[in-house]
Amino acid sequence: MELLLVVLIGILYGTGIYLMLRRSMVKLLIGLLLLGNGANLLIFLLGDLTKGKPPVIPPDSNIFTEIYADPIPQSLILTAIVISFGLQSFAIILLKKVYLATGSDNLDDLNTHDLDI
Amino acid sequence: MMNNFIILPLLLHMTTAVVLLFLWKRIAVQRIVSVIANVLILLVSILLFTKTWQSGIMTMQSGNWPAPFGITFVSDVFSSTMVLFTSISAVAISIYSTIGINRARMKYGFFPIYHFLFMGLNGAFLTGDIFNLYVWFEIVIISSFVLMTLGGKKPQMESAIKYVAMNMLASVIFLTAIAILYGLTGSLNMADLSVKVAKIDNRGLVNVTGLLFFIGFGIKSAVFPLYYWLPSSYHTPPSAIAAIFGGLLTKVGIYALLRFFTLIFIPGEFTMTVFSYVAVATLITGALGAIVKRDVRRMFSYLIVCHIGFMIAGLGLFTEIALAGAVFYLFHDIIVKTNLFLVSGIIYRIKGTMRMPQLGGMYAEYPRLSLLMAIVLFSLVGIPPLSGFWPKINLFLASFMERDYLLIAAMIIASFVTLYVIAKMWTEVFWKSAPKEVELLHADGFAILKPSNKFLLVFPVVFLTMVSLYIGFGAEHIMIISKHIASEMMDTSPYIHAVLGK
Repeated sequence: MELLLVVLIGILYGTGIYLMLRRSMVKLLIGLLLLGNGANLLIFLLGDLTKGKPPVIPPDSNIFTEIYADPIPQSLILTAIVISFGLQSFAIILLKKVYLATGSDNLDDLNTHDLDI
Repeated sequence: MMNNFIILPLLLHMTTAVVLLFLWKRIAVQRIVSVIANVLILLVSILLFTKTWQSGIMTMQSGNWPAPFGITFVSDVFSSTMVLFTSISAVAISIYSTIGINRARMKYGFFPIYHFLFMGLNGAFLTGDIFNLYVWFEIVIISSFVLMTLGGKKPQMESAIKYVAMNMLASVIFLTAIAILYGLTGSLNMADLSVKVAKIDNRGLVNVTGLLFFIGFGIKSAVFPLYYWLPSSYHTPPSAIAAIFGGLLTKVGIYALLRFFTLIFIPGEFTMTVFSYVAVATLITGALGAIVKRDVRRMFSYLIVCHIGFMIAGLGLFTEIALAGAVFYLFHDIIVKTNLFLVSGIIYRIKGTMRMPQLGGMYAEYPRLSLLMAIVLFSLVGIPPLSGFWPKINLFLASFMERDYLLIAAMIIASFVTLYVIAKMWTEVFWKSAPKEVELLHADGFAILKPSNKFLLVFPVVFLTMVSLYIGFGAEHIMIISKHIASEMMDTSPYIHAVLGK
């Protein structure tokens, strides 16, 4: 499971950065999206995977008696997902607005006001 | 010492923002509420600073969870001073915005977003938890996205793409670094991390994680070679918004860098060398960029980059004197950069352009205003005894002691180029007589304002100039504070003791 996740995270980061380096705005956005997902999975992986041991104290004791899954990475990922959802939806709307304003998907066309050096 | 008082600045900003959301269409009321709230928050920040100064580091454990488990808010001298200077800028910008931002932008919620942004900034300064810091950063950047695109002009949109993309990338890198650090230590509390990171045997991994944080914060604070988004985006929004960006958003990155690399990752030989070279490159490239630009605000954008180098230099030298200099420079820079963009806004209102060849004749038309602006510009350059001069003494002294002659050369060049571009700007904008054809094209947008509105535009500049003058002439006070902060940076045990209680 760990190995699978490691490979998956690597693929997500790699494709994310590759797509960001392309000239298309849509690919830039998809790249950012994949990078965000990669980061979330990385938190999940580095929080030490523990199978089938929810962090719930059994009713007959006061403390944890055996090893349990760390709940913090899940809460971190949840927060990160919510935040990235907000950012990404903003970015999508922004892309649409920019596309309507410039009529182009090419990032190199975004320098019309940069001509004065 | 347990104290709920320390989150008051951010709670007040949040409450104000929510109240302003209910006053969505009533922009006349919004302006008044926003200015009053900002003045109130300034008073609270002064109180927070004096309390922290007198009684030492204050902490608040949210939800009463004991330190390494819950989210901790910490107010030490560094964070409370940052909150204080942020609040000073907030007051000035909000007064300026009442006239400087057009009605259409206000109708789309300029003021609520403004307060959310400052809530995020104050939160970032006061938190003692790295994931919480990430959340505050996100609040800051999403508010800044909205402010940057507010109004929806084409240049704004184009620059917003670059700004949004780079900031989202910075957040992902920051999050990656948090993930690795959590995997290494199993903790998110800064004080706890400080203890645990020191005990890790695998120093290579620690250095890599540290550099990941450096890249994440470096993009936000615009250091070489990660600054390219800044000069191509900061000149597009209205001046009041650019003032927030130029004065505060890069500085919160610097704050995070100073906090992380003095508390959690104590720089070793390798990291210090990296910082030192990055500082040199930032100083030189920023300075060279500023020489080339003929648009006032673009030139200021490059000067922001250039002066970030001084603060990174302090971190690269990593002695108490250098850190005190870096912190002093940070305080000076917040005030003076905010002021600079407000000044550029007034110039734009008078002349209707930002391009230096088309500007001119300011001194003939507005001699008193020009003299006011001269003080701002001289503070920026650091002509003694104005505010930019004093931190440089510390930085030069520290680099002589550390025998880092390359850094000294870079700092001298950067200071000299700043002087040169400001002198060039002074002759172009103020002394040169205005080109005739531009005079005819654009009517003076400042002269037609009502006297009360003129006052609202000029008062913030006067106010910030007074603060700048105080930093310059009362440099001893600021230096005492900076030295105190630097000593807390070198010896972090009071911070750790205050948070963890052991």
